Amino acid sequence: MTGAPITVPSGAEEETPSSAPAAAASGRIGRVLRYVAGRLLTAGLSLVAVVVAGFFLFRILPGDPVRAMTEGREVTAEQRAELRRQFGLDQPLGQQFLDYALGLLRLDLGTSFQYREPVTELILERIGPTILLAGTGTLIAALLGLFLGVRAGWRPGGPADRINTTVALFFWSVPTFWLGLLLIVLFASGRDPLPGLFPTGGMTTPGVTGTVNVVLDTAWHMVLPVSTMVAVIYAQYLMIMRSSLMDERGADYLTTARAKGLRDALVRRRHAVPNALLPTVTLIFLNLGQVVSGVILVETVFSWPGLGQLFYSGLRVPDLGLVQGLFVVFAASVIVMNLIADLVYPLIDPRVRP
Amino acid sequence: MTAEPASTPPPAPPSPRALARRRRREALRDLAREYARHRSGVVGLVGLLAMVVLALAAPLLVDPADLTVTRAPGAAFEPPGARFPLGTDDYGRSILDLVIWGSRVSLTVGFLATVVSVSLGTLVGVTAGHFGAAGGTAGRILSSILLRLTDWFLVLPTLVLAVALAAVLPRGTGTIIIAIGLTVWPATARLVRAQTLAVEARPYVERARALGGGHAHVMLWHVLPNVMPVVLAQTTLLVATSIIAESTLAFLGVGDPTTISWGGILESARNAGAISSGIWWYMIPPGLAIALVALAFTLCGRALEAVIDPRLREQR
Repeated sequence: MTGAPITVPSGAEEETPSSAPAAAASGRIGRVLRYVAGRLLTAGLSLVAVVVAGFFLFRILPGDPVRAMTEGREVTAEQRAELRRQFGLDQPLGQQFLDYALGLLRLDLGTSFQYREPVTELILERIGPTILLAGTGTLIAALLGLFLGVRAGWRPGGPADRINTTVALFFWSVPTFWLGLLLIVLFASGRDPLPGLFPTGGMTTPGVTGTVNVVLDTAWHMVLPVSTMVAVIYAQYLMIMRSSLMDERGADYLTTARAKGLRDALVRRRHAVPNALLPTVTLIFLNLGQVVSGVILVETVFSWPGLGQLFYSGLRVPDLGLVQGLFVVFAASVIVMNLIADLVYPLIDPRVRP
Repeated sequence: MTAEPASTPPPAPPSPRALARRRRREALRDLAREYARHRSGVVGLVGLLAMVVLALAAPLLVDPADLTVTRAPGAAFEPPGARFPLGTDDYGRSILDLVIWGSRVSLTVGFLATVVSVSLGTLVGVTAGHFGAAGGTAGRILSSILLRLTDWFLVLPTLVLAVALAAVLPRGTGTIIIAIGLTVWPATARLVRAQTLAVEARPYVERARALGGGHAHVMLWHVLPNVMPVVLAQTTLLVATSIIAESTLAFLGVGDPTTISWGGILESARNAGAISSGIWWYMIPPGLAIALVALAFTLCGRALEAVIDPRLREQR
């Protein structure tokens, strides 16, 4: 795909990070630069692949995007031609791709058929609530998952492990959207005999003013969506932490720590967990795609005014311009987050330092 | 093993093929015995079989005519009672009947999507692993490209890709199967590749190669049988993922509107306003069915994994 054979050996090296012995400082800087350049190149290629995939998915695969969008609607031939002109579909395919790719470079994601607004603007309007929801949910889920994973992995097969694993697996098996709907019926619908403790959806109550009130109101609206997200995604963090800790359990340095006379809790906290945490961090970033999936469903169920709901509204029409723009943004954000993780990871784990 | 059949007298040793067959049978029996020790795995298997039997027997239990919107047997939104154990939907159809009937599509899509993704993942994984270990420069490049492709797919938000595929392709069950199958394969590919690399390092593969075995021969006769156990466990786990994915796609409105599936029932429940009006019997049964089936597959898959991977065996 790249055509450059130089990248191939570097790709093979990633598999087994060679533990570099102490070397001259200049060689070290060169290695760091090479590592960073390699990661940037990989991420860049992934982004290009996303752009190509977006074009292929939404312009080529549907055959005629305008027909797909206007299916089941009364549209005259002129309107169709107008739409085709508007989306540049009357141009040759190569020209279309060029326009689309150049537009992306200018952060122009095209026009929404449904809102008649640039997709970039729509996304910018709604990205805040999504980051708030996804960030809070991921943070809580990761903390909870890691905490419980440590409990479960330290004594595999013990009562804590059994209970935690079973509960996590159950939540993992539950469809996200169904859990959200269930929570709405239980805690928000306000049907006898259940009181409506929380709002059924949205992010704010209209008419609430004042910073403190708005924050409290938003937090109140976030309880159910965040609980849903946490319930569904914490299981994977738990399982990752559990197996990571189980791998460390037999390590020699733990025997040493025990031989020193450290108490079990101390051995776990000071020695085993920090080492088990490192591989877990990478996997958390690798699983960010799951968070995106989760946030789309949670926003749809709770009418949260973010990107996920926008995606859903685009699907319903279907508004392919909007869905395409969001596809590119979702995929690109996951790739960028992974790139950040790759670049930060060597700072916290000396073993993979280039 | 203790009761040796009398048909094998010492002077005429059994043919190598018979020996191999017997060894395989014994290995299988050991595997089954080991599996039976995992209580949760047995529970999962029983639940699974019950569900499959129910899906197969659905035409005996439910009259498809009762599931048409126009000739529904009851009134709208009847609460659970003697006639309709789980109540009725907005058209007056029995929810119990809908859920039983819906298991057919949900399980079929789950299985077929898994077949697609596992085949794809195994193909990519074995190829990438084999040529990464034994190919020349060209093989190494092919392996590297496949690995990059896998990683790219692995990072992408699966749901977004599946929904996009389902949205742009013509509506239908086939589309759903393809959309799920084409998006969940990378995890399998990764796993199979790692296993392939381990197998390729073994002496008997080198022996096969020294005897003149080509790439296809090594991959088909030496690598594939040895990665099959891992693939089997992964398959079981993926069915759960696929069933949840199917319901998710249906819920997001890109499913096949002409069939009844669990996700589809939940979508109609939401569209009919069952959530805000608290009609719990419309939405709890299908969701619970999805969760229980997914859980059953997950339990089976994990038990299989533990049986196959001796590293996990002692921990249980």
